[in-house]
Amino acid sequence: MFLSLTIICVVAGAILAGVNMYTTGPIAATKAAALEAAIKAVTPDFDNKPTDEAYMAATADGDSLKIYPAKKDGAIVGAAVESNTKKGFSGEIRVIVGFDTEGKLLNYSVLQHAETPGLGAKMQEWFRTDKNRQSVLGRKLADGELKVSKDGGDVDAITAATISSRAFLNAVNRAYSAFSGADGLTGATQSSDNTTKEGGNDNE
Amino acid sequence: MSNLKILINGVIKENPTFVLLLGMCPTLGTTSSALNGMSMGLATMFVLICSNIVISALKNLIPDMVRIPAYIVVIATFVTVVQMCMEAFVPALYASLGLFIPLIVVNCIVLGRAEAFAAKNGIIPSAFDGIGIGLGFTLALTLLGAVRELLGTGKLFNLTLMPEQYGSLIFVLAPGAFIVLGYLVAIVNKLRKA
Repeated sequence: MFLSLTIICVVAGAILAGVNMYTTGPIAATKAAALEAAIKAVTPDFDNKPTDEAYMAATADGDSLKIYPAKKDGAIVGAAVESNTKKGFSGEIRVIVGFDTEGKLLNYSVLQHAETPGLGAKMQEWFRTDKNRQSVLGRKLADGELKVSKDGGDVDAITAATISSRAFLNAVNRAYSAFSGADGLTGATQSSDNTTKEGGNDNE
Repeated sequence: MSNLKILINGVIKENPTFVLLLGMCPTLGTTSSALNGMSMGLATMFVLICSNIVISALKNLIPDMVRIPAYIVVIATFVTVVQMCMEAFVPALYASLGLFIPLIVVNCIVLGRAEAFAAKNGIIPSAFDGIGIGLGFTLALTLLGAVRELLGTGKLFNLTLMPEQYGSLIFVLAPGAFIVLGYLVAIVNKLRKA
């Protein structure tokens, strides 16, 4: 009785180990490709490898987020920040947000969320649609944090999904906080000064 | 019972969703669109066929007293294989089905067929039973997903059939799953009796 159960478990374990070995490579590759595509979508043209030069930067609220610097011919042209928030309606929301050197929000992409389908789940499209005050693209966060109009801000929240909208903007604000706190990303003169320094970060 | 009969039995007479009412959790949880429903059905079908074959092959080697843990180990192995392969080769699908794949392990359809059919029949009939029940489950989930997607968003397999504003959001959410499932069970039972 024990013997047969043991044999079954050993065989099952061996099969799983084999499949795991076989799929680890492709799983890592697809994850890396998805991240790279997301970075490419939110930053200006670059010719370096942002994933290799990524580093952590502190946000104002004491957390730290991953920054992927985008460089063209050695000069920083912008950066993608992987941000998250736990203020969503259900579960964590992870977004990647791209800024140029002037701190202008270029583009964003929602990496993961568990918001209600048809309501909060619209965030991937909603905040880039050029209608009323919906879009957050092209906004300068240096002028102040983004807020939904209900909270006195100037961003229209998703209809019937204010909590998800707030959470999304929270993630974007956190991304900017990390971006502006990191050295050598904002200000055109600063970025050219940093061209000789590979990786360009002081806060490891 | 011929193999063909076993197959049809699984699809119509003992349809796991509409007649046996088994495995309701993934049925309600994953059918927010036709494609999700179909993918979940196919994943379950793969596990069902493999576990039925292996369990019927091993049925004389597994002592009665430990048969349930043995079945669960076999089923869990196949589910994990499906999960890892899905994550590696169809990441988009893995992202949308996510949590529900590991739940196939405790799907009562899989364990139910292992106990009720595979443990008492030969390998070939068990394989056909797996195909039949799996097919029935897949068809049911696809149908449920299609109705919910159409009523909720006006789309079918991501093709827009009617403008989105005519859709009623409730059908994509959890309550809509119960409503649509209830009506579909009623319709199928009416047709079966007729």
